Amino acid sequence: MPDELYRLTAHEIADLIHCRKVSALEVARSFNTRISDVDPKVRSYITLTPELAEQQAIAIDEAIERGDEIPTLAGIPWAIKDNMNTRGIMTTCASKILDGYKPVYNATVVDRLAKDGALTLGKANLDEFAMGSSTENSGLFVTHNPWDLDKVPGGSSGGSAAAVSADECAFSLGSDTGGSIRQPASFCGVVGLKPTYGRVSRYGLIAFASSLDQIGPLTKDVEDCALVMNSICGKDQMDSTSLDIPRPDFTKSLRNDVKGLKIGVPKEFFAQGTDPDVEKSVMDAIELLKSLGADWKETSMPNVEYGLPVYYIIAPAECSSNLARYDGVRYGLRSTKSTDTIAMFQHTREEGFGPEVKQRIMIGTYTLSAGYYDAYYLKAQKVRTMLRRDFEKAFEEFDVLITPTSPTVSFGIGEKTHDPMAMKLADVCTIPANLAGIPAISIPCGFKDGMPIGLQIMGKSLDEETMLRVAYTFEQNTQFHKARPNL
Amino acid sequence: MGLSRQEIEGVAHLSRLELTSDELDKLTDQINTLLEHFIKLQELDTADVEPTSHAIPVYNVFRKDEVRPSLLPEEVVANGPIVADNCFVVPRVVET
Repeated sequence: MPDELYRLTAHEIADLIHCRKVSALEVARSFNTRISDVDPKVRSYITLTPELAEQQAIAIDEAIERGDEIPTLAGIPWAIKDNMNTRGIMTTCASKILDGYKPVYNATVVDRLAKDGALTLGKANLDEFAMGSSTENSGLFVTHNPWDLDKVPGGSSGGSAAAVSADECAFSLGSDTGGSIRQPASFCGVVGLKPTYGRVSRYGLIAFASSLDQIGPLTKDVEDCALVMNSICGKDQMDSTSLDIPRPDFTKSLRNDVKGLKIGVPKEFFAQGTDPDVEKSVMDAIELLKSLGADWKETSMPNVEYGLPVYYIIAPAECSSNLARYDGVRYGLRSTKSTDTIAMFQHTREEGFGPEVKQRIMIGTYTLSAGYYDAYYLKAQKVRTMLRRDFEKAFEEFDVLITPTSPTVSFGIGEKTHDPMAMKLADVCTIPANLAGIPAISIPCGFKDGMPIGLQIMGKSLDEETMLRVAYTFEQNTQFHKARPNL
Repeated sequence: MGLSRQEIEGVAHLSRLELTSDELDKLTDQINTLLEHFIKLQELDTADVEPTSHAIPVYNVFRKDEVRPSLLPEEVVANGPIVADNCFVVPRVVET
């Protein structure tokens, strides 16, 4: 059995460790071997830390030997999106501009998971600075979709999603600014959850768009998602936007019961461009929930169609401000082309940033510049308020909203790289939840031509519990989450 | 009424990006395409709408003013491309 440990979910591994059927070290070795076998094909990881995982595992096994009480995630191997700081371990953001950067502190989520006994396998690939929807914008290399190596894993947390899908980790963390956890989860056939804004500390997450960024789990099933949420959520003194409210025990939401729940299906999320097969799978899923006792009704959220332009003003504006810090002075790359200060900044940024990052910095700089601020940034913030109100109104009537996660399944590597708008349309269903700050989850709900389809469930602000309950019920009554790619 | 290549050069300067001529051409096209998509927002009357800067507003976050551990000076400069005496070395910025 130890050979196949990597195929198990986190909760299955935890059960085996708790009843001493396997050791944490056997688990760590099983995953390290799996990574050696398949990562040359999938390329989920930028940096691997096999020795660290084994050291952490040995410490867990010693604690078990002593009879100490061990934490829930003890001995569970995980992967970290490489835009979260790890002390002493290279952190790249998949950008050349962070060349050689080894953080001197851990992101809060990294400390929390270490305290709960999780084993660090390595750092996962992403679109440079989390800007993109296919991981093709990585400044280092492209990650492949484990279901079809010629297709993209989605993005920006493409490495995190591919690693879970390919059994190269039991779970991973991603970050979600406009869909960067949910869309790759959908493309790779795994579970991905973006918590309510403020649930999880962003301390040590390298900032892209601070009012939208949120860290969350990618897992093999909904139960694992609840376990990881229990570890990472909660107030952190180091992030003043993290909310000072009690964290529920999310495992209590794992109930196979949706009787009486009201599901809203906003028609704007099924707009032109939605693949009919994706739409059919999503509607079948909604009908299944109905057969299990939920009610559903179509609804309308008129401002959702403005989500994309609002997002593509606000996110680049915040990005242009956050990325001003990369100037070649305190970390990463410094260009040797010039000895003049301003020219040193300019050459460093020219050499270090990739094309997508440059484009977003330029848009943000323009929309924030004197004379254009009101027409773009302020206008977008006002429409953001209107969109939030659409959600508030919908949630007066419904407990959850259900939509596709992405209008299509995964596409071919290179297929959309030349059309900046086509790629951005991949996020049309996921962006609204970031703008409204509400929680949303993507779970597997079908296949088209062998590629996974994702179902998005959005919940009320701070009501991850109802959302998880619906997701869990769907999962308990279907088999989609059990399918794994052949590698 | 898009942005001219010269205006894009101005934005590049504000962005502290030394772009190549080829990049400037591409970005002029791409940015103008995106700006066209932004025009859609002008359809909406937002005169009486408050802007949202954070979806979940949090106000007046204070903590106790107490001494806590922080990074050592050598840790702070550990990632500097050029460092001397626990300081970041940069090109000269004052006239001699």
